Amino acid sequence: MTLALEKPLTQFLKADGTVTTLEEYRDAGGYSGLKKALAMTPEAVLQQVKDSNLRGRGGAGFQTGLKWSFVPKGDQQRYLICNADEMEPGTFKDRWLMEGDPHQLIEGMIISAYAIGASIGYLFLRADYPVAAERMRQALQDAEKAGLLGAGILGSNFSMVLHLHTSAGRYICGEETALINSLEGRRANPRAKPPFPQVSGLFGKPTVVNNVETLCNIPHILRHGPEWFLSLGLGQDSGTKIFGVSGRVNNPGAWELPMGTPIREILEKHAGGMLPGYGMKGFLPGGGSTDFLTADHLDLAMDYDVIGKAGSRMGTGTLIMLDDKTCPVGMVLNLIRFFAQESCGWCTPCRNGLPYVRQLLTDIEQGRGKPEDLDTLLAYCGYLGPGNTFCALAPGAAEPLQSALKFFRDDFEQHIHQGCCPYH
Amino acid sequence: MTTIVTDAALPLVSMPLSAAETAAIDHEITHYPQRQAATIEALKIVQEHQGWVSDGKLVAIAEHLGVHPSEVESVATFYNRIYRKPVAENVFLICDSVSCWMMGQPELMAQAADILGIQPGGTSGAITLIPTPCLGACDQAPVMMINDQRIEKLTPEKLTALIAQHRTGTGMHSGEARS
Repeated sequence: MTLALEKPLTQFLKADGTVTTLEEYRDAGGYSGLKKALAMTPEAVLQQVKDSNLRGRGGAGFQTGLKWSFVPKGDQQRYLICNADEMEPGTFKDRWLMEGDPHQLIEGMIISAYAIGASIGYLFLRADYPVAAERMRQALQDAEKAGLLGAGILGSNFSMVLHLHTSAGRYICGEETALINSLEGRRANPRAKPPFPQVSGLFGKPTVVNNVETLCNIPHILRHGPEWFLSLGLGQDSGTKIFGVSGRVNNPGAWELPMGTPIREILEKHAGGMLPGYGMKGFLPGGGSTDFLTADHLDLAMDYDVIGKAGSRMGTGTLIMLDDKTCPVGMVLNLIRFFAQESCGWCTPCRNGLPYVRQLLTDIEQGRGKPEDLDTLLAYCGYLGPGNTFCALAPGAAEPLQSALKFFRDDFEQHIHQGCCPYH
Repeated sequence: MTTIVTDAALPLVSMPLSAAETAAIDHEITHYPQRQAATIEALKIVQEHQGWVSDGKLVAIAEHLGVHPSEVESVATFYNRIYRKPVAENVFLICDSVSCWMMGQPELMAQAADILGIQPGGTSGAITLIPTPCLGACDQAPVMMINDQRIEKLTPEKLTALIAQHRTGTGMHSGEARS
């Protein structure tokens, strides 16, 4: 019981990596959150989620209950979409949840659909997770057979169908309006907002898009109540979070920990610290599109607002460590290369700006950089920044670049002055 | 059979969908209120059967879904995992995103290209070698996929063995059109 109350999301994940079946999930109390929800009004369910202060775990941290509350009432088709297009470099949390405990996600989706009045749900799953796809497909079939999906769920008058859509691979599909275009069978270009998807989304109908981990929290909030969920967080934010660490550490991995866990604890206690012979130069706190932080920030709590005030974002909560033997210019170049490739090409700053930045960084890394390049790069961080594009891809790409120029400027200058990469 | 004249004045002739392809696509169409929404599924279904998506099959998908072939082409060329050229039986996808890059991906990619005597994107024997963005197993970096199987903690030794194991085979993906 302690496990269920302290680590709700991962309580049914097996150490051997096999899947928790419907029978096992129900035996352990699974789908009781749904049962409870169906006995309440949709408004009351929404209120519980609002009261829990659950914030979106996909990266933006928007309040889930508030997001749902923008969905208009009335007699029209509404959709719920689960964003399982996990493709943020350095992020590997949603795959773990789907492969290990697919019914937790399904239960979360049914409850959420009930709250917003959606009778159709889609699980938008990235192309490269075949194991998750197979297990989700099986779980959906099992849930349908057990009367947990379909007409009159658990004897209530709520009906819902849930379809699995496996994508064909593109980072921009993680952006919710791009995801909606993709689900409509189009190129995944983001849409202008407003209208927001809650008002006009999939096929022009009110649509809510939530991340996997966000939805996995819902059954537990219904089961144990918002007060319990609020009490899980160590700081301002509520609940737990799947934190992860990759890079040159002793024990890379992912762990469910209280929201607000200090970064130092994640890095040292759970990831086992840096590998022998390697020092820490900096880290990205929440995936490839977040600003670098340094050793000065290790005692910060992993809370949305705390990390935000420090000049970065908690993002997906999966840390990427930069060690002292890896070239920071090379690392930023790798990230920019990714963002330039994955840009959908819709807006000029992203389509043209990122390849230009990639070229400047390639020149610097290969020893052909000029001193004035650093000012140009800084200027481009502005052009790529918020307000100039339809979506957050370009602003996200600028984050590791602008912070690297701030914290690792010496490294950039050394490349330029020495005419080569000092790390090689 | 419809003939569509493109700008280049090359006629694109539809290569009819097989019964199995049609059945699978029709099933996916039932999930959506609009036929066009099944475009990505249709492309993936054809690719499953043929190994890749040829011009002829692309036109057939367009006809079946009631959209213009250029729309289907715009979708097919947008997504990383739709192949518009034939690929080999074994597709080696080596992750080149940040965590894998730090943990030795550049050397592994160079090693694979060297052994196979091809550039990334090329095909040698039964292997097509493609760099791919983050595979979502960053704690196990470096990571790659061979078809649907994820290989974690890749080492030069493991990679050499995997290449030897997959190099010989029937060669190109044997689609229905070829058999």
